[in-house]
Amino acid sequence: MADTVVVTSAVSGRGGAAAGVRRPAGGARGRAHRGRRTAARRVLRLIAVGYVVALVALPVVTIAWHTFAHGLGPVLDVLGGEDFLAAARLGAFVAVASVVINTVFGVGISILLARYRFPGRRLLNAVIDLPVSVSPVVIGVALVLVYGRTGWLGRGLEAHGVQIVFATPGIVLATVIVALPLVVREVVPVLEEAGIEQDQAAQSLGASAGQRFVRITLPTIRWALAYGVVLSLARSLGEFGAVRVVSGSVAGQSQTPTLFVNDSYAEFGPAAEQAGFTAAFALMLTSVVFIVLIAWLRPKERA
Amino acid sequence: MAFSGRLGAGPALGLGLGVLWLSLVVGLPIAAVVVTAAGGGAAGFADAVTSREALGTIELSVGAALAATVVNMVVGTLVAWVLVRDSFWGKRLLEVVIDVPFALPTIVAGLVLISLYGPQGPFGVNLVGTRQGVFLALLFVTLPFVVRSVQPVLMDMERDVEEAAASLGASGVTTFRRIVLPVIAPAVLSGAALAFARALGEYGSVILISGNLVGRTEVSSAYVLKQIEAGDQAGAAAVATVLLAVAIVVLVLLDVVQRQVARRG
Repeated sequence: MADTVVVTSAVSGRGGAAAGVRRPAGGARGRAHRGRRTAARRVLRLIAVGYVVALVALPVVTIAWHTFAHGLGPVLDVLGGEDFLAAARLGAFVAVASVVINTVFGVGISILLARYRFPGRRLLNAVIDLPVSVSPVVIGVALVLVYGRTGWLGRGLEAHGVQIVFATPGIVLATVIVALPLVVREVVPVLEEAGIEQDQAAQSLGASAGQRFVRITLPTIRWALAYGVVLSLARSLGEFGAVRVVSGSVAGQSQTPTLFVNDSYAEFGPAAEQAGFTAAFALMLTSVVFIVLIAWLRPKERA
Repeated sequence: MAFSGRLGAGPALGLGLGVLWLSLVVGLPIAAVVVTAAGGGAAGFADAVTSREALGTIELSVGAALAATVVNMVVGTLVAWVLVRDSFWGKRLLEVVIDVPFALPTIVAGLVLISLYGPQGPFGVNLVGTRQGVFLALLFVTLPFVVRSVQPVLMDMERDVEEAAASLGASGVTTFRRIVLPVIAPAVLSGAALAFARALGEYGSVILISGNLVGRTEVSSAYVLKQIEAGDQAGAAAVATVLLAVAIVVLVLLDVVQRQVARRG
């Protein structure tokens, strides 16, 4: 089995691609080829690893270094502080609420998209994908225009004492929207691949819709669903742009962990800096846990 | 693969609820942006979008997003190739690190970049308040898109055609251009389209390192936020509509590419 080597003459990441292909080894020429092949492979590996390390790994190490520059004491002070705890509680509530909403909606819509054909199906598909491609700030602004004090629906809701924008419901709504497609995109392909024969067979044997969902659909999609839920959790906890627009960010009230990082940075001074880096470090640790979970779930999904 | 298409009463009710929910959280808000932008008529919209500040932010956002997308298209393909065809110590770790920009909150990414490439950075390079800083932030957040879309295609690719081409004397360039590239091109393009859309609207990771200097490093999303906070709903909605339109165009292109691949495959 001959390996094929694609050599990209990447000078500082740019440049056209040139390819060198290994020919069956034979004599001096073959050895020269193999030598060049190994060298080329090393260069490629170096570029790939170097780029990823410089761009991603290095920054991540830096944040840990900044957080613990003055030892563990100041870090614990921040983590035990009232504002941080309030932000963490709000962040957890918003993330869990939006994941629950998106899971219920996502599974329902996925079943409809995968098993039925109906007019407007393509449009529905496109609308679900939209939030991923739109700027989070635009989503926030859109929410203000509809649910804000002077918004289309906001005015009526306000009259009935319901406040959405600059309150927790607005933060949840913004988070729900930015994470909207994540569950659907994981579950639909699995459902389509699984087909509907089992479901139909169960139906013809008299199983109710609820029984079929619990006994057939759920076991089919469980890994994809778990993957989608983890992705949604990570996205929900880390959302910043959309939440920034609709929250108002009052410390202790409407400040999520990402807003806490932003506001601390804006304050200047060593105490604020320590607070910002500590919160950022906590968020980073959480996202690393999510990444490991994602990496662990991915092969299972393929099996 | 699917039911013949008739919806029973239960599924129809579910569909109705789903559509209602989507209208409330996506449809109506998006409509509000477009209607507010159009509120001042075509002239009002044109004025709002072509004001010197607004136009400057759009130029910067589109330019920086394009540049970051092109770089990550090339390097992302390379990284995907190394991950699929090469094996070395630490490869699994590299796999995990690539997902970091997906999962790391954008504001944390921004803080990280500013502590590395800011005034107190270890390299003595200060990119705060520069367009290079904006570009760097966009490179960071768009890294995984092309890698993750090309990787599965390369994994599934049979190598016998490449081997046949090589044994028939095709040069390396020819083999890559005529055999590998056509197979992975749709994946490269769809990854790049998603990366571009993401970079165009990026806010969190950019805002700290850019310093948000009007006329120099202010990106469109920051401009939209500034206008809405200042109470200029029409101005915010106008630029938001431009961002929205580009996002929709990208999605449509993506759909076309995927449809063609599906037809061919």
